Amino acid sequence: MSADALIMLRRNFKHTLRNPVTVFNAVLLPVVIMLMFVYMLGNAFSVGVKYIDYATPGMILLAVAYGLGATATEVNSDMTTGIINRFRVMDVSRGAVMTGHVIVTMLRSLISIAAIIAVAFGLGFRSPASPGDWLAVAGIIVAACFATSWLTVAMGLAAKTPQSAAMATVPVVMLPFFSSAIVPAAKMGQGVRQFAEYQPFTPIIESLRGLLAGTPSAGYLIAALAWCAGIGIAGYVWGVVTFARRV
Amino acid sequence: MLDGIDLDVREGTVFSLLGPNGAGKTTAVNVLTTLLKADGGTVRVAGHDIATEARAVRAAIGVTGQFAAVDELLTGQENLQLMADLKHLGARVSRPVIAGLLERFDLAEAAGKLVSTYSGGMRRKLDLAMTLVGSPRIIFLDEPTTGLDPRSRRTMWDIVRGLVADGVTVFLTTQYLEEADQLADRIAVLDKGRIVAQGTPAELKRQVPGSHIRLRFASVRDLDAAALLRPGATRDEENLTLRVPGDGGVKSLQALLAQLTEHSVNAEELSVHTPDLDDVFLALTGQPNTGHEKTEVSAR
Repeated sequence: MSADALIMLRRNFKHTLRNPVTVFNAVLLPVVIMLMFVYMLGNAFSVGVKYIDYATPGMILLAVAYGLGATATEVNSDMTTGIINRFRVMDVSRGAVMTGHVIVTMLRSLISIAAIIAVAFGLGFRSPASPGDWLAVAGIIVAACFATSWLTVAMGLAAKTPQSAAMATVPVVMLPFFSSAIVPAAKMGQGVRQFAEYQPFTPIIESLRGLLAGTPSAGYLIAALAWCAGIGIAGYVWGVVTFARRV
Repeated sequence: MLDGIDLDVREGTVFSLLGPNGAGKTTAVNVLTTLLKADGGTVRVAGHDIATEARAVRAAIGVTGQFAAVDELLTGQENLQLMADLKHLGARVSRPVIAGLLERFDLAEAAGKLVSTYSGGMRRKLDLAMTLVGSPRIIFLDEPTTGLDPRSRRTMWDIVRGLVADGVTVFLTTQYLEEADQLADRIAVLDKGRIVAQGTPAELKRQVPGSHIRLRFASVRDLDAAALLRPGATRDEENLTLRVPGDGGVKSLQALLAQLTEHSVNAEELSVHTPDLDDVFLALTGQPNTGHEKTEVSAR
């Protein structure tokens, strides 16, 4: 990472710390949602295993998704307030600006996921996963964060206003609810079930679930990594093209 | 947007691009600061071609855009530190630079507060201070006082004068005639993407006829007597006034008054009309500029 990207990262990190809404949405809200599902609704779902064991991988992805809205808003504000012109005249590369946003989004998500996992253990989550499995879990989480961060940065660049940038991420934030995060896809109604089975978050969640249950599935793992690579590349290309067109 | 513009700015002077909204001022600044590519023509800034040596140009200039490009979620101090970091000034260099700028722009007290709590005038000052980190030799100011109250505007003017005194070259756009008149060594009047006039404020004013002394009399008799003394003057019988052309200087005024006294002609009222940039603008573009009052000295 270039020196400029590091400076941008520090700036974006300060923004996160100083914006209580961002901290709440990205870190606290996923934990609240997890408590809600596990305590209030968990007993109503029969998923074959202890609900907390089933739900934790889904909540991890939920935490990834909830951190995205703030990034789209931030990226868009940079573009619309004129500060981007200041950076450009100072020869700060677009790479540095975008990398700063991507990494801070990832850091925020990882902190949020650490909180989710800690709370999960507190709620009775147990996993037979080996250290190798945990490493694979970490790898998939980082890949998913990386991919969705680039996509979100591109959304922020493409939007006209900070408000519409935040709106653009709503479908992504909603995706975990229409995946196998909370209940198995097989239990959903026609239409929603097919959607849940074929959307990107389901294979990512199922790979995590398999690894954490000690029964990893190669099919889901490959699908998850392919989705992450596809989303990441699409987001990166979209972002770079939009940046060039916008400024 | 811009059509056949030819500008030449000398080092260490203030050049002002004056024009109404939509004339193309910001476009011109964006081209000069490498933010926009021109369709054709050559521009050299600080001796470097903006198309082929953009990096060298960027290293020599500082830009303060029309909208304060400050980071609201950082403090004033942190905004300046951000600039110092991006300019790769070490901590030893940047610390006194930042402290000096905060002091100079009267922001030392607010340095630790988030910029989101700053007033419009403070934001503009911080914006300019950020531009000055790294001591650029050429500074572009795009409408630096638009939306500021009169007092903040004067503060900004003093700051610009201070920069020029330090040998900095300033390229300033404004829609306020008074501002260009106050600050600029040379002015170019931009209208619909074209330069319609260029010169020093005095040269531009000279292009417009109308420096004159207006005398009002109590009776037609006095008016006629005065008109006889000044054959070149214009009589207005209805208002009992006489318009005497002149250079607007004190000497010619004294001469006129002496002449009137000598011939015992009594004038009721006297006013000196100096053409200002407003007249220039009206004469050059055929449309009046708003929000500006004429400079007028009246005496009874």
